[in-house]
Amino acid sequence: MNSVGEECTEMKREYDQCFNRWFAEKFLKGEGSGDPCNELFQRYRHCVQKAIKDKEIPVDGVEFMEPSKDKPEADAGS
Amino acid sequence: MWRVFPDRMILLGTMVKYFLGLNELRSSWDQVFTAFWQRYPNPYSKHVLTEDILYREVKTTDHKLLTRRLLTKTNRLPRWAERFFPANVAHAVYVLEDSIIDVHKKTLTTYTWNINHSTVMSVEERCVYCENSGNKNWTEIRREAWVSSRVFGFSRPIQEFGLARFKSNVTKAIKGYEYILARMQGDLPTRTLVETAKEATEKAKETALAAKERAKDLANKAATSKKQQFV
Repeated sequence: MNSVGEECTEMKREYDQCFNRWFAEKFLKGEGSGDPCNELFQRYRHCVQKAIKDKEIPVDGVEFMEPSKDKPEADAGS
Repeated sequence: MWRVFPDRMILLGTMVKYFLGLNELRSSWDQVFTAFWQRYPNPYSKHVLTEDILYREVKTTDHKLLTRRLLTKTNRLPRWAERFFPANVAHAVYVLEDSIIDVHKKTLTTYTWNINHSTVMSVEERCVYCENSGNKNWTEIRREAWVSSRVFGFSRPIQEFGLARFKSNVTKAIKGYEYILARMQGDLPTRTLVETAKEATEKAKETALAAKERAKDLANKAATSKKQQFV
């Protein structure tokens, strides 16, 4: 699948391939080892973060799993 | 199977459309969780343009995987709703999807919401995937969604439209899963069979056309050589 930054798609593909193998063969089977794809992830992530900044995609400031907390409620009841 | 309870309720003073639905996938939890990371692209995900992993953390002590994914989706709109989007604003919708996979509990919980255009329409979705209690080879998805709009005087039709579009995307998501799961299990999905058949028909047509042209060509040549014989 394409990355939001065209130049990151190839890095993403490499990382995905590594991750998917680890996920199915190790993680789901309960093996305690950490994710071995971190190096690929950092390289890809660096690229995506730049693309996000360039495209001004508002990804910051939302707590993990808590989108509602950040939802503006200022005009509630007005 | 659908169990839908569309309802109107008051939430923090804003009218919100609520949705609750249950889906069943005829694959085991570990297959579905694997498919979760490989679901795009599929023939039913043409509205999903890009996919990225923004954050990932493995909690080795309690065996959990935390991920934040960024998706770009098209923003299909009815004509009457286009006025709420300035012409110079990109129509693509950016969506964040946070997820937690708990291997011990065999659950996958996702929270998904749009981060732009949210004044016009906000869609929040929460899904819990778990092993079907009656059949361990099946996986159940419990899906809740909240659709709201803060466009004065138009929030109701926008919410109605948002809910309808959400439902149609849920159907596509399930079909997409079925396609990816079939591919993972080595079954060639029906769509591909249809496509293969179509391609074969096209190829046969082309071959027939080429043969016809070649026959014409040969006939012409034969006619010419005959003519030449008479000269």
